[in-house]
Amino acid sequence: MSRIGSIARRTFLIGSAAIAGGVAFGVYAYKQPVRNPLTDDLAEGEAALTPYVHIDQTGVTLITPRTDFGQGAYSVQAALLAEELDLAWEDIRVDPGPPSPAYYNGKVAAEGFPFPATDTGFVAKNARAFGDVVSKFMGLQITGGSSTVPDAFEKLRVAGATARQVLLEAAAQVTGIAKETLSTKDGSVVLPDGTMLSYSELAPVAAGIQPPREVALKPESEWRYLGKPMTRLDTLGKVTGTAQYGIDMTMPGMVYATVRTNPRLGGDVNGFDATAAETANGVLKVVPVTGGVGVIANNTWRAFQAAEAIEFDWGPAPYPADMEAMWEKVGTSFSKDRKDSRFKNDGDVEAAFESADTVLEAEYRIPYLAHAPLEPMNAVVQLKDGRLDIWTSTQIPIFAMAAAAEVSGLDAENIHLHVQISGGSFGRRLEDDFIRQAVELAQAVEGVPIKMTWSREEDMTHDFPRPMQMARARGVVKDGHVEAYDLGIAAPSVASSQMGRLNQSLPGPDIAIIAGAWDQPFAIPNYRVTGYRVPPLVPVSSWRSVGASGNGFLHDCFLDELIHAAGADPMEERIRLCWHAPSRRVLEAVAEMSNWGNDLGPDRGRGVAFTLSFGVPTAEVVEVTNTPDGIRINKVYVAAEVGKVLDPVNFENQVQGGVVWGLGHAMNCELTYDDGMPEQTNFHDFEGMRLYQCPEIEVRGLETTDDIRGIGEPSVPPAAPALANAIFAATGQRIRELPLNKHIDFV
Amino acid sequence: MKLTVNGNAHDLDVEPDMPLLWALRDELGITGPKYGCGIAMCGACTVHIDGVAVRSCSVQVGDVDGDVTTIEGLGTPDAMHAVQAAWFEHQVAQCGYCQSGQIMQAASLLEENPAPTDEDIDDAMSGNLCRCGTYPRIRAAVKTAAAKLSEG
Repeated sequence: MSRIGSIARRTFLIGSAAIAGGVAFGVYAYKQPVRNPLTDDLAEGEAALTPYVHIDQTGVTLITPRTDFGQGAYSVQAALLAEELDLAWEDIRVDPGPPSPAYYNGKVAAEGFPFPATDTGFVAKNARAFGDVVSKFMGLQITGGSSTVPDAFEKLRVAGATARQVLLEAAAQVTGIAKETLSTKDGSVVLPDGTMLSYSELAPVAAGIQPPREVALKPESEWRYLGKPMTRLDTLGKVTGTAQYGIDMTMPGMVYATVRTNPRLGGDVNGFDATAAETANGVLKVVPVTGGVGVIANNTWRAFQAAEAIEFDWGPAPYPADMEAMWEKVGTSFSKDRKDSRFKNDGDVEAAFESADTVLEAEYRIPYLAHAPLEPMNAVVQLKDGRLDIWTSTQIPIFAMAAAAEVSGLDAENIHLHVQISGGSFGRRLEDDFIRQAVELAQAVEGVPIKMTWSREEDMTHDFPRPMQMARARGVVKDGHVEAYDLGIAAPSVASSQMGRLNQSLPGPDIAIIAGAWDQPFAIPNYRVTGYRVPPLVPVSSWRSVGASGNGFLHDCFLDELIHAAGADPMEERIRLCWHAPSRRVLEAVAEMSNWGNDLGPDRGRGVAFTLSFGVPTAEVVEVTNTPDGIRINKVYVAAEVGKVLDPVNFENQVQGGVVWGLGHAMNCELTYDDGMPEQTNFHDFEGMRLYQCPEIEVRGLETTDDIRGIGEPSVPPAAPALANAIFAATGQRIRELPLNKHIDFV
Repeated sequence: MKLTVNGNAHDLDVEPDMPLLWALRDELGITGPKYGCGIAMCGACTVHIDGVAVRSCSVQVGDVDGDVTTIEGLGTPDAMHAVQAAWFEHQVAQCGYCQSGQIMQAASLLEENPAPTDEDIDDAMSGNLCRCGTYPRIRAAVKTAAAKLSEG
């Protein structure tokens, strides 16, 4: 070590020992003043400049504000920060941070405008930018809409690079060595003589340095983590049983609770008899909660048993009581006064129908579907001395805080939400209902921490499902091609139902009613997509891939019908009709992968489907065999364009998972209502897909554009239509209703 | 009543019809086995009793007549069981909530059948539900673990 280096280092060590300092960096310090939530809990002598990188004497903590419910959000956020900050992967610690408007999601609202992702024109781009402004203004800290990566891709790399520059500056100040001669390696600044100064050592000095307003990002060729297989940070914990989920949280003196509320969602409680529950073994308290009753006990199972013993007189559902009545509401919504949108209207479909000899017509139906993440809804809550602490997993931490404030009457500064990892979500944790209940229960045993867990039956029967939908489609073919396609979709509005529960209103048409249908890049000469808003039925919500989850099936299957009617090849005609180059490339890729056109042999069939959703063109080919016992899915090929695959391993896992999700529900699942209540109550009658039905799934990620996108959802929408189209190819049977197993067996 | 879990003896004062799962989770604080359905339809609660996979949500604690092993006792982060190591290598987990049950089921399968066919794997593993859809990786990891275990 050089003399000056050793002197500086000694001096510095004394300084840093005296100040057990902390420092936090992020994108906002150089950009504009957004209140940094990390400053709240710092002790004297500590400092926090910005919201994403916190450094104290024990190391660096990366703040990853998008919730991880299995999609790998923590790891990809950490990788984006660590790439620029220069940390060793094994040293990375992550923390979701406190709920804060600073962590707004600029991309989640950007897709809510009536401009298809393929529209890169001035107005569309400005509308999306306006979505960013809206999100920032509203402080929308939301995880969803496959938006984590597009929102974070630049933001977190800039935050990491900013922090690194400050640490280099700190090292220059401490050592008197020119900053330009310093470098970084694995969490340390490296001096010219090789001496390493750890970021922790530099933190107290760094805390006093103004971050630069402009930073340069590494060129892609120098990426160390991004674009390469990563070992997700949560993998070890999840294979050794040491990962702690919300449901695993424990506190000294904690009690256990559950609730039962009216399975006719939103219905009243006319009365109940809890005599048996109150005297049941281990029960501490039976308390009314909004819409039902909570049982507090000394063990979750005892709480479940006691809750089961309560006799309820539930009020009626505030919606039609059974499927027949609900389908009637849906079917009569194809009317002028229920018309919600018509954002696609190319050519003149009416004229095409008038001049055609034959107009093909079809009606399609898709069912309600439950999210049913494997970890049922739960929360640990403690209300003590005017302070409310909540440990739970949520996709909407700020709304959850608002809900807790409303229930408890406490101010936000007395509410502390600790976001946990969760056993899946698929959109379920965009709701705050279970958090409200847990706060109510905590109020009943003030001072005592309480863990509320829903039984699976409570979870299944109190979901806000994906809505039921109907499509009425007409089309004309001419000279071997698709000439006209008119698609009407009737669905209840997810946006108004869901945002209504969060005390928000969204004026105007609901894009979810037509997402995945109106915005598809096909140059059909006469092409119209109309959304009809069904009056509110069962309260509904976002389910993995939201509107596109069902519309992919509705739109692509009838397109397939038209292509077959035209006598065209399903792949060739889609490619011919597709005017959007990246979308055409995924179709061409999946054709090549599946060796489209070769002979599969007897009793075999293949189908292709395409959906552009969340900005990701995705094409899938499904191959099936028609066996004597039913349909077997042999293989699935997927090609998706995301601009940049940040982690090839997790990318493949997410795509495969989306395919399994899409196929499993299309084959086997529906949520039906009778007497106002869901008829499916557990995994015996809502199975999704099990391993024996899972095909081999080959995945290719395309990186041919500079439009960086997320992959949590886009592989879901094309899965169901690709399967239905394959079944048609193998059997000649066109199934126009999900689940498919109502019409055909699977093996 | 006496219960041996991961080699540790416990004295439990609970009703004998309490499911083993809730004795483990809420009485002993062993949270690796997960609650998913309560009716043996998802497998998230899978543990071993004398090496054999059982659904702990549907075994009464009073009926347990052997040593219980949970995911925490199969291997540890510093010394993973071959099945855990294969799960790690293939990065099977997404949300991971079902994976402790999947791993316990796979370990039991390989104990009984060291060289399972694809059909054996389908039969043994189809009671364990994965909502995230990690099945392609589960299949690959079972095969890797089988190969590793057969090497000795």
